[in-house]
Amino acid sequence: MSPILARWNPIVLSIRSKYRAKNFDRNFVNMKKVLYRHLFSKVLGLSLLFFSISSYAQEEEAVSAEVVAEASGGGDAAKGKQLFNQNCAACHSLDRKMTGPALANVEARLSEDEGLDKEWLYEWIKNSPGMIKAGDAYANKIYAEYNQAAMTAFPTLSNTDVDDILAYTAAPPPAPVVAVAADATGEGAGSEGGVSNEIILGALALVFGLLVVMLILVNSTLRRIAEANGVILEKEKAEKRTPVWKAFAQNQFLVLVSAIFLLLASAYFAYGWMMQVGVDQGYAPVQPIHYSHKIHAGDNKIECKYCHSSARVSKTSGIPSLNVCMNCHKSIYEYKGNPEGPSAEDIANGYTNEFYTGEIKKLYKAVGWDEENQKYTGETQPVAWVRVHNLPDFAYFNHSQHVSVAGIECQTCHGPVEEMEIMEQFAPLTMGWCINCHRETNVKMEGNEYYEAIHAELSKKYGVEELTAAMMGGLECGKCHY
Amino acid sequence: MASNKKYWKSEAELNPNDSIVEALRQNEFAEEIPVDEFLGDKENLSATTTNRRDFLKYVGFSTAAATVAACEGPVHKSIPYVVQPDNIVPGVANYYATTIANGYDFASILVKTREGRPIKIENNTEAKVGGSANARVQASVLTLYDSKRVQGPMANGEPIDWKELDDAVKAKLRSLKGSGKQIVLMTQTYASPSTDKLIADFKAEYGGNVNHVVYDAISEDAALNAFNAAYGERALADYDFEKADVIVSFGADFLGDWQGGGYDGGYAKGRVPKNGKMSKHIQLESNMTLTGGNADKRYPMTPTQQKIALAKLYGKLNGSNVGGGTSDVDAAVENIAAQIKKARNKAVVVTGLNDVNAQAVVLAINELLASEAFDTENPKYVRQGDVAKVNKLVADMNAGRVGALIMDGVNPVYSLPNSADFVSGLDKVGISVSFAFNNDETAQSSDYIAAAPHYLESWGDAQLKKGHYSLMQPAIRELFDTRQFQNALLTWMGSEQTYYDYIKETWSTSLLQGSDWNKALQDGVFIGAITEVASDDAEQATIDSSEVEEVQSGIAPIASAIRSLVNSTSSGTELVLYSKVGMGDGRQANNPWLQEFPDPISRVSWDNYMTISKADAEALEMENFNVADGGLNGSYAKLTVDGVVLDNVPVIIQPGQAKDTVGLSFGYGKQAGMQYEMATGVNAYTLYKNFSDVQSVKIEKAEGVHEFACVQLHKTLMGRGDIIKETTLEIFNTKDHQEWNHMPQVTLNHQEIPVTSPDADMWEEFDRSIGHHFNLSIDLNACTGCGACVIACHAENNVPVVGKEEVRKSRDMHWLRIDRYYSSEETFEQDDEKKEGMDGLWGDNGSLGGFREMEDASANPQVAFQPVMCQHCNHAPCETVCPVAATSHGRQGQNQMAYNRCVGTRYCANNCPYKVRRFNWFLYFDNDEFDFNMNNDLGKMVINPDVNVRSRGVMEKCSMCIQMTQKTILDAKRDGRAIKDGEFQTACSAACSSGAMVFGDVNDKDSKVSELKEDDRMYHLLEHVGTKPNVFYHVKVRNTNEA
Repeated sequence: MSPILARWNPIVLSIRSKYRAKNFDRNFVNMKKVLYRHLFSKVLGLSLLFFSISSYAQEEEAVSAEVVAEASGGGDAAKGKQLFNQNCAACHSLDRKMTGPALANVEARLSEDEGLDKEWLYEWIKNSPGMIKAGDAYANKIYAEYNQAAMTAFPTLSNTDVDDILAYTAAPPPAPVVAVAADATGEGAGSEGGVSNEIILGALALVFGLLVVMLILVNSTLRRIAEANGVILEKEKAEKRTPVWKAFAQNQFLVLVSAIFLLLASAYFAYGWMMQVGVDQGYAPVQPIHYSHKIHAGDNKIECKYCHSSARVSKTSGIPSLNVCMNCHKSIYEYKGNPEGPSAEDIANGYTNEFYTGEIKKLYKAVGWDEENQKYTGETQPVAWVRVHNLPDFAYFNHSQHVSVAGIECQTCHGPVEEMEIMEQFAPLTMGWCINCHRETNVKMEGNEYYEAIHAELSKKYGVEELTAAMMGGLECGKCHY
Repeated sequence: MASNKKYWKSEAELNPNDSIVEALRQNEFAEEIPVDEFLGDKENLSATTTNRRDFLKYVGFSTAAATVAACEGPVHKSIPYVVQPDNIVPGVANYYATTIANGYDFASILVKTREGRPIKIENNTEAKVGGSANARVQASVLTLYDSKRVQGPMANGEPIDWKELDDAVKAKLRSLKGSGKQIVLMTQTYASPSTDKLIADFKAEYGGNVNHVVYDAISEDAALNAFNAAYGERALADYDFEKADVIVSFGADFLGDWQGGGYDGGYAKGRVPKNGKMSKHIQLESNMTLTGGNADKRYPMTPTQQKIALAKLYGKLNGSNVGGGTSDVDAAVENIAAQIKKARNKAVVVTGLNDVNAQAVVLAINELLASEAFDTENPKYVRQGDVAKVNKLVADMNAGRVGALIMDGVNPVYSLPNSADFVSGLDKVGISVSFAFNNDETAQSSDYIAAAPHYLESWGDAQLKKGHYSLMQPAIRELFDTRQFQNALLTWMGSEQTYYDYIKETWSTSLLQGSDWNKALQDGVFIGAITEVASDDAEQATIDSSEVEEVQSGIAPIASAIRSLVNSTSSGTELVLYSKVGMGDGRQANNPWLQEFPDPISRVSWDNYMTISKADAEALEMENFNVADGGLNGSYAKLTVDGVVLDNVPVIIQPGQAKDTVGLSFGYGKQAGMQYEMATGVNAYTLYKNFSDVQSVKIEKAEGVHEFACVQLHKTLMGRGDIIKETTLEIFNTKDHQEWNHMPQVTLNHQEIPVTSPDADMWEEFDRSIGHHFNLSIDLNACTGCGACVIACHAENNVPVVGKEEVRKSRDMHWLRIDRYYSSEETFEQDDEKKEGMDGLWGDNGSLGGFREMEDASANPQVAFQPVMCQHCNHAPCETVCPVAATSHGRQGQNQMAYNRCVGTRYCANNCPYKVRRFNWFLYFDNDEFDFNMNNDLGKMVINPDVNVRSRGVMEKCSMCIQMTQKTILDAKRDGRAIKDGEFQTACSAACSSGAMVFGDVNDKDSKVSELKEDDRMYHLLEHVGTKPNVFYHVKVRNTNEA
């Protein structure tokens, strides 16, 4: 490979903020590579994956809904929960201050503390700005308390709807019993599998060990018998014959053949080794914040391009800026986990709910979000992610070309990201891999006016209807190297 | 006999007593090899315990360690924004319209930014006036990242707070209010309506003793005064050379920086033959300038002769008799007068003589002609310096009449001829504040240095021409703790407003007249309501009929001007000071792109020098010669002007330099606030007595030899007319194109066939009719050689700066060069004839002597410019010789270079007939040996992220800006639309304001470039080689028609 060609390619997006700091050290310096131990741990991990559990989800949902319905008085708490999640959850939580106050038992609280009845609540929910304007005392108090952030008016909600919501808020928070139970069963299942496996392996090892010991014992016993009977062992006779290695050395043909074989073999392995230099397939570095694509893209089915939006228009897919995270994480302040609770594997890795919640707190720290007061402090600490996909600087790759124009799924190159707890490099990112795809993939031309003329002419020239990227000139050096 | 034969290696060997021969017989070298010198001192060497084996161990270990370490990939960090600005998408460029108005260069431009970093300047095609960026403006983006910038306010060499500075200045200003002492604002030309208003407000705040002195380092005072006398406004007449059929210039380098420049676009349009017509350009000048090089007829004359000629021309046109003066200009004047009379109001006369009489006469002539190209209704405001005020200021300072001196955008200590007076006056000033970009001479002499931002970090506006407004907006947040002059004035006036608010207010109240501010800001330009001149034609008609009377009535002041012009005399050699295209007045001297930019005429970089005619040089025994490594050397001269001595001025023998004149350019010799490598040349301002660019000079030869970094050693074409094909307008109009644009023929089966015929080809042609096929057209008639494309290419393609030493060794890295050729005879045509007429080796027509003569340029040669970049040959000789297939051809016509594949054999460069390939001899980034912009964090910010920074040991060359064509294609694909003509651009074609370079897709039959390819003037460079380039040229047509 020719010398390093450094494309000045600051994917680093914080440059602007760095300017402000008048600091030009942009972390381009090579850092020590985080070693990744693949093979062994991966094999182990894969085998454990088979023991994951499923299918408790729906059951649990039903159970908790029942509990809620029983607890509430007037309204339908189940319906209320739905309405709450649709309309209120962005700013309110049951037991926690967010953009707005915590709403657990709000009805009771208001009537007890402030002497305000349900009617007040109806009016407030339907037209809070009006009440503030009208000079309602408590309305203004709460408006001032929450940074003068006016609550959206919900004129469309009927009184019954509000009743439902209030019923939901009045219900005690769902008992964690079910979750614990699920936890317990999950754990049990997981550990059971692990134990049985180990026992089998241990037993096998024991059997093998016994066999070996027995063989040695038998051998020595026989020897002793032979000695006692005066039988001369073959071994002493054999000493007179030419030793095998000498015979081998004397047979020049054999030497030649094995030399050639050895050379070829070593060349084969040397080639193999050299070809993987700089190929970081499977590279899964430890990140400053444990961000789980599995939870976001897998469990919650968030579209890739919601966060990596610049993939649509830019050459880089872009690591989302922290304000994008905060779109959701302003209200998602803790990880509640899978309904069935963390799997044994997760627990083995330490991926407990508390762990994930801790990672969300790291985000808050980085973006400077004061959870108590629900506002930004302005003290930010840009996150220095470790880049997973490192294309060499001399290769030009444009995401929008592939994502927007060609309509290729992200997973084609990045693999099953939605299953990755830790993001890793799926494709080898070698030139051969690129070229291969360009040879095999047909260009998506339908409905794109740009391609009309060239498609007509090229398909006539090659006598095919579908054109590959290679036919379009996608294999030329200069298309990626400039 | 054979035994007597004695072989000898050198003559010395024949002498038996030679001591060296004896010594060499015993030893390999005549002298002891100084081993100690390169191994370090002897004591250290003997004391060390490291033996040879240890050394080998270290070598082995470090090699192995390096190998192992190389296998491990580095860890890259990616740091996203915390809050991403709405308008920034990483990886996508944003463009902002802004304005450069730095006091010397004025233009409406676009700034390309990536992730918030400005990386390139482009022309603002929306602008009707001043929309073209010259080489200096193109390079100004790098000045933003100048590592020698002042990073915050300073006093006595120590950094201070702005508050400290504010307090000191405010206190002083308050104490001066109402006192007899002046508060002086000494500034550059702003041409800014808002700044003018602000300064008026400042005057209102601090009373009548506020004095605003505008100072241009290179003065256009005479032109301003003459215009003022004639039209009652200190401004400059505007000229539209597109409308002129005959252009006569008396020493005006209007393709350079004459009166602010920016005339090349209009000029070039008139120079392209259309319907059998093109403009005729006659130049009378002393130095060989870009403008003179483009002229159809050039008369080398001393400034004195020019003045006399101008006076006589006026007489001829006026019908009056102007006697006196020398008669050696009469023939020229006769000819010019005839041409002008024929063209009447389609003629225009301009002058660069810094003489108020000459300027007045030129205005009178253009009035007399009622020249269509002449515009006094809407004059230009890009120069406003007032010499009288500057002189008075220096006197006042020395007399202790100045209480406070606030300077912005000027460096008088460096650029005033009487800078010693200025410095002594500065000591007597109560408080002096210099708004400085670099810690320059003036900043160092001032009490306070106020760090000034770059124009790409500032707000501002400018009125380049009456009614044509342009807005300046920052493209990046201020990199350092800087504050612009206008903001400081507002602070000192006690205003809470920022300058941005101030501009917005000024514009909304008086300029916009209801138009949208945001729209104006987005466009960057705004044309205000100008009271249209009622019916141009009618007015002209009256002038035409009554021109004699008209002029007669106003002749009184002109008559005296004519008299003084005719009677001007000179004593001895005249020194003509000028500004170089690449350096201007020197305010960007710390810019390595501009230092390395070869002057379009002399092709010398990293220097200024005295230009002298060959005859004068021979008389003074000065010489230029080439040495073994290909470098150009020259003598030194000592110049004495009125007692001021400038020593060690390098000498360049300049073909076309008028006899008895020498030239020297401004802008060099700056020392303070400069990087060592960039502090080149000599300071010509010291000879700029009384702001007159013509001085009587005494020249002596000085000791020593100067080493130039000149990129073109061969000056002439040697009669090879097929490299730059040219013809005259007459032949062009009357003869078949085969006559003047002959296609080379080859013989096939005893038949002559054109070299482009497929039968003459040993290659199988690839079918390029499908998809895009890019071609670049270069019109040699429109190309003025200005070099904006060279810098644009530099910026777009991350071309490294290599420094003077490397350029001298012909290792310059410019992907695009502009070759300049002189004719050896009077014209190139005569060169061709001379070569054709050669017969045998010896004799009068012999080729030995003949070719030797042709190497020398004529005393007044024809000049031709030819931009040459990779020609992207369809049958490229470089591609076939690459052993690793690193260079290959794309179906879109581009000759592609895969740097990561290149192993650096350089076969391709050897096989390239155009010599456009550049080899990376060294690592030019991250290398202390080349301490230019690619070697510091600040300078690296200008690097284009879409193009590789090439490493050592690879070949590089023009890529036809494949990153730009690919981007255009991708945008179209994403939008799902076909590509329109004009969307495809290269850096050079986009930068070309004269329209000489046109880029596009020749498979698009409606495109301009395919039309140009079918033009009769089209030819390929070295067509007979059969390379089939994708770059083509248009035959240069010279208008030699006489009246």
